[in-house]
Amino acid sequence: MTDPQNTAAPAATVYHDQPSANPIKVETRSVSVRYGDTQALHDVSIRIPDRGVTAFIGPSGCGKSTFLRCINRMNDTIDSARVSGSVLIDGEEVNSRAVDPVVLRARVGMVFQKPNPFPKSIYDNVAYGPRIHGLATKREDLDAIVEASLRKAGLWAEVEGRLGMPGTALSGGQQQRLVIARAIAVNPEVILMDEPCSALDPIATARIEELIDELRENYCLIIVTHSMAQAARVSQMTAFFHLGHLVEYGPTEDMFTNPHDARTQDYITGRFG
Amino acid sequence: MTDRAPSSDIRKAIETRLARRHRAERRFQFYGMAAIALAVLFLVVLLSSIIVQALPAFTQHTLTLPVRVEAELADPQDDRSEESLRAGSYSRMLQVALQDQFPSVTGRSELRALFGLYSSVNSAKLLNQVVENPDIIGETIEFSMPISDDADLYLKGLTTDERFVDRNEPLTLSGAEGEVTLTASDPVFSAFIEEVNDTLRARIQTVSDRAATAQARADRAETEDARQAAAAGAERARREADQLEERLQAREALSLSPEMASLLVRLGGGVVQITQLEPGGRVARGEVVIAPERDGVYQDWTEWRIETPAAGRRIGDVQIVFARALDDRGLVENGLNLILFTNADSREPELAGVRGALIGSVLTMIITMLMAVPIGVGTAIYLEEFAPRNRLSEIIEVNINNLAAVPSIVFGLLGLAVFINTFGMPRSAPLVGGFVLALMTLPTVIISSRAALKAVPPSIREAALGVGASRMQAVFGHVLPMAMPGILTGSIIGLAQALGETAPLLMIGMVAFIADPPTMGVAGFTEPATVMPVQIFLWSSGAERAFEAKTAAAILILLALMVLFNAAAIYLRSRFERRW
Ligand SMILES: Nc1ncnc2c1ncn2[C@@H]1O[C@H](COP(=O)(O)OP(=O)(O)O)[C@@H](O)[C@H]1O
Ligand SMILES: [Mg+2]
Repeated sequence: MTDPQNTAAPAATVYHDQPSANPIKVETRSVSVRYGDTQALHDVSIRIPDRGVTAFIGPSGCGKSTFLRCINRMNDTIDSARVSGSVLIDGEEVNSRAVDPVVLRARVGMVFQKPNPFPKSIYDNVAYGPRIHGLATKREDLDAIVEASLRKAGLWAEVEGRLGMPGTALSGGQQQRLVIARAIAVNPEVILMDEPCSALDPIATARIEELIDELRENYCLIIVTHSMAQAARVSQMTAFFHLGHLVEYGPTEDMFTNPHDARTQDYITGRFG
Repeated sequence: MTDRAPSSDIRKAIETRLARRHRAERRFQFYGMAAIALAVLFLVVLLSSIIVQALPAFTQHTLTLPVRVEAELADPQDDRSEESLRAGSYSRMLQVALQDQFPSVTGRSELRALFGLYSSVNSAKLLNQVVENPDIIGETIEFSMPISDDADLYLKGLTTDERFVDRNEPLTLSGAEGEVTLTASDPVFSAFIEEVNDTLRARIQTVSDRAATAQARADRAETEDARQAAAAGAERARREADQLEERLQAREALSLSPEMASLLVRLGGGVVQITQLEPGGRVARGEVVIAPERDGVYQDWTEWRIETPAAGRRIGDVQIVFARALDDRGLVENGLNLILFTNADSREPELAGVRGALIGSVLTMIITMLMAVPIGVGTAIYLEEFAPRNRLSEIIEVNINNLAAVPSIVFGLLGLAVFINTFGMPRSAPLVGGFVLALMTLPTVIISSRAALKAVPPSIREAALGVGASRMQAVFGHVLPMAMPGILTGSIIGLAQALGETAPLLMIGMVAFIADPPTMGVAGFTEPATVMPVQIFLWSSGAERAFEAKTAAAILILLALMVLFNAAAIYLRSRFERRW
């Protein structure tokens, strides 16, 4: 086992001490991603604790989404993307042939920037994952999963009794919570969120942030955000990316009060980004 | 109001340009509307001219005759066996029935004209009626059949203008049959003679004009050969003009030729065809077509003029007389032409219908659809959703796009070489036609399906893959349903194109006269057939004038089919469309 801090890199990542008592859920070692000829991510090594929120921040185009997609192998769906390095979940290699991306994506749910419910009923949206994975054999079981997921996503009160209406007819914030419910329905361990609030108004954003705060008790959440304030509000750990490099990673409070790298400091204080 | 409003200079600059911008916009809108108006105009002109041409084909005159089913004609062996009944002489039976209507007609050419009023094919229908129900032997039945196309066109008033003038001057008829003379004390026929002379004068004028131009050409000619040829032409024309002039001047009897309008006289229930008029217009010679009740003096009679010369129409004077008489007796009725829909092609226009071509088209389209849609959509899905992007898939893509531009006749050649010559499939059959048209349609289906798949937002794929759907589940569960309206529209447009295609079918022998419609069933796929556009093509080159209207009618029917197809596309589109 190589210590990530010793990995040779042109700009070595600064790691703060990790006081967190939670065990490590996701660990990456020297993950690099190329899109054709351009390298979008350079040797990213990071250890993300369970039961907490880790925020990825950085100027746009720095590779946050690319890195997030390495964790559930969504980059497989992009023809030009080439991923190297290793991604471990609970110490198990994700990029090995033995791991089926279908199984992996059931364990690692994903919420996208733009709410993308299926053009189907609310019920079918939430029930889709359990159905394709065969998690419920009986109708009552499925009903229970749907209700529990919608409750956890804080949407139940708003849609109770209207589960037959199309998911696309909900408001943007509700759609995003529906998508979260859809991800929760297959009982994942890790939930990846790629700028989940960037398309929402402040009130809907606040609802989602509340929800993230509740979910962190049971899940390992990784959230990409371009809002420093949001990172400060919801996350316990923060990673700062710049031009495809992981520049600095540590507890959020530490990062914001005592950034070690000059680029981190500039970004946090709003000098670029 | 803020103090940062644009200064008056800036505002003025904007305003001067603004007027121009608005003008440009109005101009563009005008061009657009003009283009649309022009397109609509063309469409209306095209459609209305087709409809006007097609209308006569949708009605047909039916002749209904009392027919005596004589035992000796229907059942020559006198045992009522089917074999015997089939040997019966049913065309004779029809002839007898028609002759009964005109007992006075005995001349060979008159009888030929009379029997020309229906096609002998109709006797097969009578045979079937007798075989089906032998009890009618010995009885008189009402038998209906379509009247011949020429008589039909005449009765529709499409062959010639006619004039019936009721006269009230005494006219003496010399006999009641054969050659007769009509004598009047007044010049009752002089108006007709004058009209004939007018046309003669007009002809003399044209011929002399022709002589003059030929002469001018001869004078200008550069070579001796050309001069002589032109001079000879001029001489010929001059001689013709002189002859016509002589005829005009001669105070001798006017013989009515087929190049002149026809004159007939109706009197006493009979009809006399005038052949010669004496100068002065008091005496006419003619031939009895339908015998009047008696000879002698008639006070009331009718002058009947047929304006189009007999040489310029396919139906002769005698046949016109018979058709008109049958119509007057209420034996002919104009009704909806169901034959157009219930019959296959025929050499006799009045018996030709589109049924065979329609069935052929349906069978061919079924094959085309079964081949082109699954293969095309499957190819599109694979290329768009699964295939890796590499050299090979690029080459395939380019080639598919090129295939869409290949002239359709090439597909016909391919079908001939591969399906018929190599695989030994039957010629002229919907099976091969369907295969060929499917080849032709495939690129359209693939390209439109790919476009529809591409238009599905990628977020839908991500959403499905994100919860752990396999690629196949994402595609078939989410992407395909959303692409369905586009795929269906593209496929139906491709099929509609195939429905109107003639050229490739030419190559595989589907352009043939086929009198029996193919079976409506599995067997029909391998039987010789033709399709609607080919039927239109065949009829458009038909010699009989009645095929003109048939052609237009078939075009209308094909257009209606196309409209039906497009309506289906629109309906399916709205059915499958989901708001996103
Ligand atoms: N599908 C792709 N194909 C090619 N280049 C990509 C693709 N996705 C992202 N990139 C490139 O990778 C870099 C990182 O992108 P991304 O991870 O989306 O950044 P971020 O999410 O931080 O804004 C950018 O330079 C972007 O242009
Ligand atoms: Mg991003």
